[in-house]
Amino acid sequence: MKKSVFIGTLAAASVTASLAAAGTLDDVKAAGELKCGVSTGVVGFAAADANGVWGGFDVAVCRAVAAAVLGDANKIKFVPTTGKTRFTALASGEVDMLARNTTWTYSRDIDLKFDFIGVNYYDGQGFMAPKALGVASAKDLDGATVCIQTGTTTELNLADFFRANNISYEPVPIETNSEAQAQYLAGACDVFTTDASGLAATRATFENPNDHVVLPEIISKEPLGPLVRHGDNQWGDVVRWTLNALISAEELGITSANVDKLASAAGNNPEVNRMLGTEGDLGAMLGLDKSWAHRAIGVAGNYGEIFEKNIGEATPVGLARGLNAQWTNGGLIYSPPFR
Amino acid sequence: MTDVSYVRTEMLQEKAPPVSQAGIIKWLRENMFSNIPNSILSIVALWAIYYVLSDVLPWAFKSSWNANSLGECRSAIAAAYGEGASGACWSVIHDRFLQLIFGFYPKELYWRPVLIFVLMFVAIAPVLFDGLPKKMLRFTMVYPFLAFWLLWGGSLWFPLMIIAGFVLGYLAFGVVSKMASSLVGMIAAVLVPILWWLFLSGDVATMLQSIIPLSIESVASDKFGGFMLSITIGVIGISLSLPIGIVLALGRQSDLMIVKVICVGFIEFIRGVPLITLLFVASTLLNYFMPPGTNFDLILRVIIMVTLFASAYMAEVIRGGLAALPKGQYEGADSLGLDFWQSTRLVIMPQALKISIPNIVSSFIGLFKDTTLVSIIGLLDPIGLSTNIRANMEWNGVIWELYGFIALVFWLFCFSMSRYSMYLERKLQTGH
Repeated sequence: MKKSVFIGTLAAASVTASLAAAGTLDDVKAAGELKCGVSTGVVGFAAADANGVWGGFDVAVCRAVAAAVLGDANKIKFVPTTGKTRFTALASGEVDMLARNTTWTYSRDIDLKFDFIGVNYYDGQGFMAPKALGVASAKDLDGATVCIQTGTTTELNLADFFRANNISYEPVPIETNSEAQAQYLAGACDVFTTDASGLAATRATFENPNDHVVLPEIISKEPLGPLVRHGDNQWGDVVRWTLNALISAEELGITSANVDKLASAAGNNPEVNRMLGTEGDLGAMLGLDKSWAHRAIGVAGNYGEIFEKNIGEATPVGLARGLNAQWTNGGLIYSPPFR
Repeated sequence: MTDVSYVRTEMLQEKAPPVSQAGIIKWLRENMFSNIPNSILSIVALWAIYYVLSDVLPWAFKSSWNANSLGECRSAIAAAYGEGASGACWSVIHDRFLQLIFGFYPKELYWRPVLIFVLMFVAIAPVLFDGLPKKMLRFTMVYPFLAFWLLWGGSLWFPLMIIAGFVLGYLAFGVVSKMASSLVGMIAAVLVPILWWLFLSGDVATMLQSIIPLSIESVASDKFGGFMLSITIGVIGISLSLPIGIVLALGRQSDLMIVKVICVGFIEFIRGVPLITLLFVASTLLNYFMPPGTNFDLILRVIIMVTLFASAYMAEVIRGGLAALPKGQYEGADSLGLDFWQSTRLVIMPQALKISIPNIVSSFIGLFKDTTLVSIIGLLDPIGLSTNIRANMEWNGVIWELYGFIALVFWLFCFSMSRYSMYLERKLQTGH
């Protein structure tokens, strides 16, 4: 139910109140728009271009879900959230899902009452230092000054790592990533630490990237994934299996180039057939139609294609697949079967 | 003719003053090198200025304007000024200028905010400069509704219904205060519009819209960004905070206990809380209080919070003006037989506001700059947008250019406000 009501005496507000607390899937379908929480800007993961069109590795998940549910990858309202507002935005229903490089941790999953629906990027905290410093390992960093973003898990990981190795450091607290870049380049700290993906992206912007090395140690596990509110399992399933469809598509060789052809008629791989709706009716179990996965993959291709386009080695971010390769290639990316 | 030939009959030509007593040298001697400590300070200051400018100016002018990415900028600068030269990459401003100004507002509708911005000067001109015809004030009164309609779009009936509320309130005051006392009239004037806005206006607007559709393409709040967002929040906050502040300041001095307690409580509570806390309340906490599924526009919530915050400060500024007025002014107004509203309007307020002008304007400037805090709750004001622009691979690493540009624009706005306040002080100067 939609009802326009006036609020306030001088300023007018349009308040759209929906009475029934129906499932998020129904709400999204009724609104004809997916409200997706993204970050205010992380290189390769989420950014708006000069025309205000959002793109990036995290944004691609939103677009795939919108395509699967609404049939249109552009029916999305992107809500930029900061590290401080992201969880309340999701909990209060301001967004339907959050795809905002958020680390899956115990307390966020349990205590904050969210459901992480999977992992779309396995990250870990690393160190970058100038080559001139002559360190080969993070264990050589005794007494170093370290630029670190405050209020993040990286801060705690850093303290743990140095304590475990019984060496000392001096933190230089920094609020934003760009400030950290400027401080590091100005020599305010010897070492800069953040997630390895962020280090690679930062290093790519330097005037002389070869003067800086990313040290081999990865000192934490940072599984980043999309999340939804706890308790709405149907919606959680939709988002989870959309991500799984992208992952399975890579494993099964479904790409943006051949997905239309494979979906037009049943082929000889039964799992592809089930996924793309040419056999059985998996979509109905999810509350969607038969070709939901077809549409999700059709937006930007499978997981591997999305990876290569946004953060892969051909891009300035230049990340290798590493842990994020398919399990068949020695990585951790693994989708349960479509059966 | 006399033979005393050495007597001069005409005046000597005036000679130029000695070099040390004229022109720039005199000025320098008097102002910069009048004694040894001053000379030392002058030299140190000049050296400091030179030190800063010798770094900043080459950087700012050895720049690239037309590159498509930071990398291209660097190679263009290296090609033009030699290897190793470092210069500003102004290309990012060139590339994202419209976005920094308008945010994500649809390109084909840019004329709407531009028109509203230009009309804003027409609307505030009669308030700012008293030489203009008073009839222009009518436009000033309509302007907020016009601005709301043009910026957000949608049905024209919507703002018209809000105006109707004010008209109803005015009528209610007239009718009721004749039937009963003016206090009852006052209450009716407040209650009737609120009831109208809450329960009737929405339906009436929908009905009228279906009979006579008058609407333009609507633009959702999440398309607002850049300086347009700062100016929208700033201007609304500034223009609402002054009247609300006046009311609060008067309420704080009132003899009516309840009014006084409410005003003091409001002012002290809002002033005791940092703006960023209020913004977090707007962005996160309010959602928990609303019924599930309610979508109460974030920018509107922010505007309300900013306005409340600014009003509380404004109230204290104006209270300062009221307190500075000699008691004789109040007593004089009373002795003329003026009632409270008359004396406030004709005697007290004009003087109190005049005293408060510098503080009012500095509150305005502070409020306008405070709008950048909304970047912390995820709104894409210029600061938020600069983060977003840097998140694009082309512009990752561009820091000083963006912040410099934003600072320059803010400085332009704030400097003009401050010059205006100086003009106003001179104009209203009645002391001798």
